[in-house]
Amino acid sequence: MPSRPYRVVLAEDSVLLREGLIGVLGRFGHEVVAAVGDADALREAVTAHAPDVVVTDVRMPPAFQDEGLRAALTLRTRRPDLPVLVLSQYVQRSYAAELLDSGDGGGVGYLLKDRIGQVEQFVDAFARVAAGGTVVDPEVVRQLLRRRRDPLERLTPREREVLALVAEGRSNAAIAAELVVTEAAVGKHIGNILGKLDLPPAEGTHRRVLAVLAYLRG
Amino acid sequence: MDLRENAPRPGPPWPGALRRAWRGGAYVVSGALIGIPLLVALAGGLAVGLAASLVVVGLPLLGLLALAGVPVGALERRRTRLVHADPAPTPHRTPDAPGLTAWLRLRGREQATWRELAYTVLMAVVLWPLDLAVAACTLGLPLLLALAPAHLALAGGPGGGGVRPAKVWLVDTWPQACGTAVVGLVLLAALAYPLTAYAAARAAVARRLLAPREAETEARLAEVTRSRARLVAAFEAERRRVERDLHDGAQQRLVALSMALGLARLDAGPGGPLAERLATAQAEADAALGELRELIHGIRPQVLADYGLAAAVEDAADRSPVPVDTDAELPRLPEPVESAAYFAVREALANVARHSGATRAAVHARYADGALRVRVSDDGRGGADPARGTGLTGLADRLAVLDGTLTVTSPPGGPTALTLEIPCRPAPTA
Repeated sequence: MPSRPYRVVLAEDSVLLREGLIGVLGRFGHEVVAAVGDADALREAVTAHAPDVVVTDVRMPPAFQDEGLRAALTLRTRRPDLPVLVLSQYVQRSYAAELLDSGDGGGVGYLLKDRIGQVEQFVDAFARVAAGGTVVDPEVVRQLLRRRRDPLERLTPREREVLALVAEGRSNAAIAAELVVTEAAVGKHIGNILGKLDLPPAEGTHRRVLAVLAYLRG
Repeated sequence: MDLRENAPRPGPPWPGALRRAWRGGAYVVSGALIGIPLLVALAGGLAVGLAASLVVVGLPLLGLLALAGVPVGALERRRTRLVHADPAPTPHRTPDAPGLTAWLRLRGREQATWRELAYTVLMAVVLWPLDLAVAACTLGLPLLLALAPAHLALAGGPGGGGVRPAKVWLVDTWPQACGTAVVGLVLLAALAYPLTAYAAARAAVARRLLAPREAETEARLAEVTRSRARLVAAFEAERRRVERDLHDGAQQRLVALSMALGLARLDAGPGGPLAERLATAQAEADAALGELRELIHGIRPQVLADYGLAAAVEDAADRSPVPVDTDAELPRLPEPVESAAYFAVREALANVARHSGATRAAVHARYADGALRVRVSDDGRGGADPARGTGLTGLADRLAVLDGTLTVTSPPGGPTALTLEIPCRPAPTA
């Protein structure tokens, strides 16, 4: 899906990955205006460059805990509409929860670093976040699904697959392409899911994602 | 410390009194035998040291002499085992650092060293002559009398002018000799009691001076406790190091590899054998990445460091194959406490999944009254035995370092509940 080029501030302490990400984003026409290695530099770069979107690692110097995530959250309080894509070596629903609670949950992405390898899908997810969408790693959805067993047991395996893709912020068309079914079938599945989970039918992908995630988080 | 001493000694099947007398006699006689060379060595060392101190070199020699009590004390503690069933433990501590200097410095500071020196002087001057006198009266005299017939025979038999065993009376005929021998044996038996009593008193003096004082025992216990805590801390630091190395090294490189393969797939375009090979290679890299991520999580989950025990417990519950209800409301606690409790919960949940046959488990965690309390329960078949499972014992050990306790109730038929309690204060919020 071609999207307009975005100006990006990138924070990642591993030089190897930093260069790799610049290459991947650059290949699809996005411009990394600043690439930094720690959270303080990230905050400064955002002030200096006013980028369209921020991509940041969770764990960065000096303490190698969740500095990147903390920085992303402060940036979101200052500029609630600033899209932020957070990358991590592992996903944790606690992190996802904090991100989704920042601003209105729009323009937020949380992905495993593993996903960068699927270059096209990654850049696609990046663009969705930059455009104000919500993208949550399927692994987070899997963790959430494990938690909320009871009502979810009513979902068929196919419906769960669809649910995970919905949480990833995919449109009906994208879900249909992924599962090799018609868009109408996807629409029917989603209707069933929302019905079984007592969620109101929501307009627009972004609201739908938030409704589903809110439900999963209990 | 030799624990075998506490077991019953395989000795001759003598009545206890006789064995005690025999061992007491051995103690007293060996004391006298050691005392003589000890006196000679001490006096010699002192004389040489004093003489040489005129030309300075004697001073270190005299200093060395002050440490004479250390080996003597060790020997004497061993010797008391002849009389006491339980051995006297050493009052000395193990030096913190290797090397002679550290050893000398520690021994010089220890009160026990000077008590041992006092004992050594006492032994060289008073105790061994006393040992000798007691041995002569209670063993020497009766034995000489008892050996009168042999004495007489060696002197050429009756009519040779007679002999005076132990200079007591004249013995010149076989009946006299036999009578004397009987007197000797009776005396030997009669004096066995005072001999035993003396040996016990003598050993008590030795123990009093050579065994550790209560304060020293407590100091050693405190030291052992501290070193155990240091060991656990070192282990924890090592975990962190390994986790960080994997995270900063192998994991980043695998992500970079997957990224490079992804770009190569773009270049190769869809279809064709190359694209297929690249896709396979990338799938392998991603699988390795997934396994590595799980491995790192097992070593030390980041959520524990970032969000604390409550979130980490929820995470452990998420990963459990048995459904787990969690109810954890906790402040941030010191890192060792959070870590120990987390691994305990994980082990407990693993046991639930592996052995209990439970369909549901629950974790309840609260901080109250200066202690963290965590309870892991299940609806399984019970019958868990902490003595059998090394996992549970390991958990208890780990908690013990933090003065924590682990309680397991698991009646046959269930349910099983594991409760852990660790006294602690909430960590200051950064």
